[in-house]
Amino acid sequence: MKNKVVNMSEAVASLVQNGDTLVIEGFTHLICFAAAHEIIRQGKKDLTLARLTPDLIYDQMLAAGTAKKLIFSWAGNPGVGSLHAFRRLVECKPRKIEIEEYSHFGMVARFSAGAANLPFWPLRNYMGTDIPGHNPLIKTVTCPFTGETLAAVPGLRPDITVVHAQRADRFGNAQVWGLLGVQKEAAFASKRVIVVAEELVDESVIRNDPNRTLIPGSIVSAVVIEPWGAHPSYAQGYYDRDNDFYVKWDQVARTEESLKEYLDRYVFGVKNRHEYMQIQPELLRLKAKAQISEGVNYGY
Amino acid sequence: MAIEPSADYTPSELMTVQAARELPDGAVVFVGIGLPNLACNLARATHAPNLCMIYESGAVGAIPDRVPPSIGDPSLVTGSLMVASMSEIFQFFLQNGKIEVGFLGGAQIDKYGNLNTTVVGSYDAPKVRLPGSGGACEIAIFAQRTLVVMKLNKRAFPEKVDFITSPGMRSLGKSRSEWGMPGGGPVKVITDKCIMEPNPTTGELEVSALYPGATIENVQENVGWKLSVRSPLGTVEPPNATEVKLLREVLDPDRLHIK
Repeated sequence: MKNKVVNMSEAVASLVQNGDTLVIEGFTHLICFAAAHEIIRQGKKDLTLARLTPDLIYDQMLAAGTAKKLIFSWAGNPGVGSLHAFRRLVECKPRKIEIEEYSHFGMVARFSAGAANLPFWPLRNYMGTDIPGHNPLIKTVTCPFTGETLAAVPGLRPDITVVHAQRADRFGNAQVWGLLGVQKEAAFASKRVIVVAEELVDESVIRNDPNRTLIPGSIVSAVVIEPWGAHPSYAQGYYDRDNDFYVKWDQVARTEESLKEYLDRYVFGVKNRHEYMQIQPELLRLKAKAQISEGVNYGY
Repeated sequence: MAIEPSADYTPSELMTVQAARELPDGAVVFVGIGLPNLACNLARATHAPNLCMIYESGAVGAIPDRVPPSIGDPSLVTGSLMVASMSEIFQFFLQNGKIEVGFLGGAQIDKYGNLNTTVVGSYDAPKVRLPGSGGACEIAIFAQRTLVVMKLNKRAFPEKVDFITSPGMRSLGKSRSEWGMPGGGPVKVITDKCIMEPNPTTGELEVSALYPGATIENVQENVGWKLSVRSPLGTVEPPNATEVKLLREVLDPDRLHIK
């Protein structure tokens, strides 16, 4: 296999096209803000952003004008409240943004179908709710064996998915522990995959613990090594979630002016994640304490 | 040891304690953040040490050593029994009927226990755009029973919600059994003045127990439909000193959730 390590700027420039359906997954854990910031810096536009929880990452990307459409299932600031940039777009409609809304299970099912190369995924879901009434892509299907009516959602095949991992080798074999979210499904569903890792390790480290590998290098287009690349979300064993920032975002995003100031300083005002960390040395307080897991015997 | 009633308690503490007492030891519970999380941790610290807490984020058998600010907190993973992918959480745990108790709340609940966490106003031109379902719709459909924890307020308890995100006992003209919903639905709504339960025939929420000091009149003035009242009306044991001490000193010392 060939060495796929590039920097974030090169990865985004060569693999993210205007108009793409883009997924940066990670459920609270391992959300790759470094990739989002680089996409904003490069002025990518007309993206369809898909993710279960748009979180602060897509609130920033929506505010920066990168997107024409959002596909999601829970658009809040976890543990805090609202995503104000998202709310302004939906409530005040300053410019057109299309939204396509599911529940979490619906989004998981869309990625699962995409990853399994199936046209749709059945779920016993949505009866008695108003969700399908506002999303024509949630349909029903009759089970050919039992005659039961099931909900069905179409497979989602993103153009590009970014997965943040704790460690990866130069070929893109990526290992993740802690919350796994829906990253494996999203990556296998995607036409192109960027792996961003906290740490570059030798292939032998991966081979020493293959059960920990979430994404095989064979489906990966590029590898970016970006320590602290998931801040203000977290990387288990590397750094804690910056809950203070999630609370602060509630104020930052409340007006277009304060949001623009944030983007000017922390996104456009720095060249890359390294500079982002350099101007915020206080973030090192989030570094994780050690709680080491024992290895297992892989012998036979 | 005699159980001392607490000298004082807040409405949030009372709600949390009522919710905790609904959790039998060993139950498999789908936990949310805020009061439900506290209620589960309180139950685990008192009568239900073997409660199995499962979070939507994938942590199974979590024993967080801090109050998790979000349902995806790293403290939920450290020391847990299993980390499941979200596909496993929704398909193998929820859809497969392995969750006994689910917690829900929302901006609005109506007389059939339908919950709205999507929009206030119309969907296409909302007055307030709320976060949406997340996993709430699946908890409502699949959990063997759900507990709703919400403070009474006329805007939050309308006769009909603006949008049904999570179905209750009767939605869009059909009952749960007519829809073929596997879970039991909202068996109890725990408010700050009373407990409501669905009428076994009509599915309509009615007052089943009043808290000390509350009256039917001050419940009714905060609810948008004509309430039926069960006879005999149940009573509620106020929080005891141990429960209140645990909440204030151990489980939520910074008062993140107990206001």
